[in-house]
Amino acid sequence: MASTIRVRAQANGTNTEVQALIQHPMDSGFVKDSNGVLIPPHHIETVTFTHAGKTVLTANWGPAVSKDPYIKFSFKGGAKGDDLTVTWIDNLGKTDTLAAKIA
Amino acid sequence: MKPRAAFPRCAALTLAACLLGAAGPAPRADLASAAADQKAFQDHFKSRFPEVPFADFANGPYAVNAAMRKQWEEIMQFPPYDFALDEGKTAFETKFANGKSYADCFANGGIGVRQDFPYFDTKSGEVITLDLAINRCREANGEKPLPYQTGMMASLTAYMAETSRGKPFAIKIPDDPRALAAYEAGKKYFYTRRGQLNFSCATCHVGAAGQRMRGDILAPAMGILAAFPIYRSDWGSMGTIDRRFTSCSAQMRSEPLPPQDVAYRNLEYFLSYMGNGVPISGPGTRP
Repeated sequence: MASTIRVRAQANGTNTEVQALIQHPMDSGFVKDSNGVLIPPHHIETVTFTHAGKTVLTANWGPAVSKDPYIKFSFKGGAKGDDLTVTWIDNLGKTDTLAAKIA
Repeated sequence: MKPRAAFPRCAALTLAACLLGAAGPAPRADLASAAADQKAFQDHFKSRFPEVPFADFANGPYAVNAAMRKQWEEIMQFPPYDFALDEGKTAFETKFANGKSYADCFANGGIGVRQDFPYFDTKSGEVITLDLAINRCREANGEKPLPYQTGMMASLTAYMAETSRGKPFAIKIPDDPRALAAYEAGKKYFYTRRGQLNFSCATCHVGAAGQRMRGDILAPAMGILAAFPIYRSDWGSMGTIDRRFTSCSAQMRSEPLPPQDVAYRNLEYFLSYMGNGVPISGPGTRP
C-alpha cells in the first residue's frame, strides 16, 4: 500500500516551508454509523516532523481534527536535499513514517 | 461580472424557450435543433461571463468567483483527491480474476477517453456513462459491480479523468431517433421544476449561475461535469456525478432517483453535450 503521508518541503534560504497531508479516518468516537452503532475513536495522537536529528514540530492531535488532516508550517534552517521525516501515531498504536527530501 | 443582469427579458419559467430562441410552442427535435440548443446555451454563458475564458468553465464556481478561486488555488497545492487518484490508478492497473483488465474494455486502453462519455450506444439504444461502462466491464469479466456515488467508483473515474485532462468534451448525438429522444428527455429533465422547492436544474445553474445560494456559489451549467468526480469538502470524501445528482435532487426536496437511472443518464448526456468544447479538468475539488 502506498504511504498515508504526502509531504512537500521547500527551503527558501533561511526558512523551510512544509506542507503535509495524512490519510486517516480521524473518527472522533462520537459518531454513529448507519446502524446506530458508535464508531469507536480512531484518531492520530502525535505527529512529529524531524530534520537533521532534531524535532522541528510536534503536534498533539485529538478527536476534533478533521479526516485526512492537512498541516502547514515553517521552521528556521533546512537546505535543499536534506531529509525531513514525518511520523504519526494514533490511539490504536498504528503508525506510519515517511522521509522526504527538502526541495 | 454582472450577476444581476442575468436574463433581463426572460422570466425563469420561460427560460427553456428563451434559450431556444422561442421559435414555436414545440419545435420539432432534430440534430440541427440540438446543435442550435448548444449554441444558444453556450452563447448565454459567454455573454453572461464575458471575462471568463471558455476553457475556464471547466473549473465551475472558481471561474466566476475571484475569492473562491484564491482559496481553491491554495487547496490545489495539495489536492485532497490525491489519495483517491492513487487508489484508482492501482485498481485500474490491477487485473481481474480472469486475467483481463479495465484497459481491455475501453478504446485506447481507457487512457484519455473521459471526454467521449457519455455516449449513445446505437446497439442497445441507451446512454452509456463512464461509470456504467466501468460496471458493465466488471460484470462482463465476472466481477461484482461497484456501488455508484463514492468509493472505488470515484477513484477509478478520477484516474480516468486525470488521464484525459485538457481534452475537450466531445459528445456526439448519432443520427438515430432514439439518441435524439434521449437528448430531449435529458433536456426536459434539466428544465423541469421539481421538489417542494420547485426548482429546476436550470433555475440555479443557468438562471442564477455565479450567484450565491446561502454560502455556496452556484456553478455555471456549461462544463459543470468536466471536473467530476470531485472531492467535496462538505462530503469530506470523493463523489461521482451520481452522488451530485442525487444530492442535488434531495436538496430540492424531491425524491432522488436511483444512481444511473435512465433519467439521470439522459440528463448527463444533455449536460455534457451542452458543455462540448470545455476541457476535462477532473478530478476536481469543490467546497
